[in-house]
Amino acid sequence: MAPGRRLPLSERTRLSPEAVAEIKAIAGKYPDPLAGTLPALYIAQREFGFISLAAMKEVAAALAVPEGHVFGVATFYTMFRKRPAGRFHLQVCTNVCCALNGAYELLRKVAEKTGAEPGQGPTGDGMWSLEEVECLASCGSAPCLQVNEAVYDEFVDEAKLEAILDACRRGDYSPWGE
Amino acid sequence: MARIRVKPDPQRYSFDGFGSAKYPNLMLQGAGDLDNWTLKTYQDKWDGYSALRKALKLEPAAITAEVKLSGLRGRGGAGFGTGMKWGFMPKDTPERKVTRYVVCNADEGEPGTFKDRAILEYNPHQLIEGLVIAGWAMQCKLGFVYLRGEFGWLVDKLEAALQQARDAGFLGKNILGTGWDFDLLTYRGAGAYICGEETALLNSLEGRRGEPRVKPPFPAQAGAFGQPTTVNNVETLAAVPAILRMGGAAYARIGTPGNTGTRVFCLSGHIKRPGLYELPLGLPLDFIINDLAGGSSTGRKIKAVIPGGASAPMFDAKDFDCPMDFDTVKARGSMAGSGGIIVMDEDTCMVRTLLRLTRFFAEESCGQCTPCREGCNWMEMILNRIEHGAGRPGDLALLASLPPRIGMRTLCALGDAACGPVESALAKFKDEFEHHIAHKECLAGAGVRWEL
Repeated sequence: MAPGRRLPLSERTRLSPEAVAEIKAIAGKYPDPLAGTLPALYIAQREFGFISLAAMKEVAAALAVPEGHVFGVATFYTMFRKRPAGRFHLQVCTNVCCALNGAYELLRKVAEKTGAEPGQGPTGDGMWSLEEVECLASCGSAPCLQVNEAVYDEFVDEAKLEAILDACRRGDYSPWGE
Repeated sequence: MARIRVKPDPQRYSFDGFGSAKYPNLMLQGAGDLDNWTLKTYQDKWDGYSALRKALKLEPAAITAEVKLSGLRGRGGAGFGTGMKWGFMPKDTPERKVTRYVVCNADEGEPGTFKDRAILEYNPHQLIEGLVIAGWAMQCKLGFVYLRGEFGWLVDKLEAALQQARDAGFLGKNILGTGWDFDLLTYRGAGAYICGEETALLNSLEGRRGEPRVKPPFPAQAGAFGQPTTVNNVETLAAVPAILRMGGAAYARIGTPGNTGTRVFCLSGHIKRPGLYELPLGLPLDFIINDLAGGSSTGRKIKAVIPGGASAPMFDAKDFDCPMDFDTVKARGSMAGSGGIIVMDEDTCMVRTLLRLTRFFAEESCGQCTPCREGCNWMEMILNRIEHGAGRPGDLALLASLPPRIGMRTLCALGDAACGPVESALAKFKDEFEHHIAHKECLAGAGVRWEL
């Protein structure tokens, strides 16, 4: 994020009491509660849909660690999204092994079929978002695609992509954050 | 368990003759069978946890000695002796009791590598057994498995497997009645390639940004949470039960002297039968590619091979006879690394490939050390303009001047990893770069094109 730019505020600004309790329980499992930072951010992402500024502040408060620490961690890791995702967040690996087997074509097709722009926010209907990601460790079954946090879809050709998108529309994949 | 594979796995895990005495199957037992991961299958079918029972009757030092005898070398990339690494851990003295940790590096992110994923998905108990044995050998009370963030679905599975092991008394309090307590916690990363570097992993495990640490102190002195720690790769730890079951000396007879045992090679790119091939170390690269994996998938000649994951310098045709073991690959100017073999046919534009690789390293540099943070971006910038027809006459000399200013000048090996592909591609495929600058188009055929 460029200096001076503010993170968008989500509508929800507070973690639920259950989430705070969950964060505290996880932090207690590790020799140092600071280790709870990454798991807590995942919980916040589940609750808020993405890691907003408010989410970071809430995590810092739940763990009783400096806000600056949480901001630093949340912005270091790419899987903590700093903007909302669609109901189905489609991640296409375009690293070299996948690229050699048509990943860029797949990325273009996903963009065409869903109307989502790679690296941008969700489509107008909130259904899709698309992201170009680095190696997912699925190089032998390239190209591959991950829907939200589900098991990868491998050897994705046009027919398979259609099937995946249909499965999303039917609700066979868990929506983002669930 | 919310996220689990229900459809058949399309990945290839086997080849003709796999599982015979010549090609022993030690790491991929049952891979591809969706029900293979349970404790019951591991015990009934694969003699599971027999190595742990054996280990707990031995003195901890005897296990380390057995692993040393096996000659096992780290499968994560560096190929360092596992037994020796375990031996670095400080022992308790009458004056000082030490808290020690064992950490499993399951942050598999090296492009071209997908072996740890298979072990986690199909043989999590073999990994757990290896971790418990390692925990006994180093007298730890707690261990961690650090998985990459994208493996969220495998965290669920591993947690379920850990619970099965706890319920059966192989993990947790008073393991198998020995009075020794040992437990394992999972930790999920969040999308940072650098966290595969062991000290970056330790920082991430502590809930910090995944930035590599200044060494010394090495993890064996001050690792996770400031305590002595050993970090081992998934495949390394999963080999430990196999070693104890067959004996270190028998394991050492597989492969070649100094490069013992089997390792799981990951074949990808323009290859007819991509997938995982567990093979004794020391088989020639062209045998693996042509005889086992069927050669090129496109029918065109193979031009270049990356022999050990994206950080390894590329091989061209004159090195295709290289025996795939740690020492020979290194002597030929590359590295066996993580075992990821990426095959590229003659129509692959090396400028584009190198740009994609360099973009990856520039993107994944943690930003701590200036040579890597700035240098990787410079390399990407120069390659980007060459690829897009804006290359300048002095660009190749400028590009070649960067790796010596990055390599060996950073805290971790990411800078060196970014330089390997650049140096090797410039040395072996210089004509393609020159053609790109002079004619603003690819020298290689139009068969493989992607937008960048």
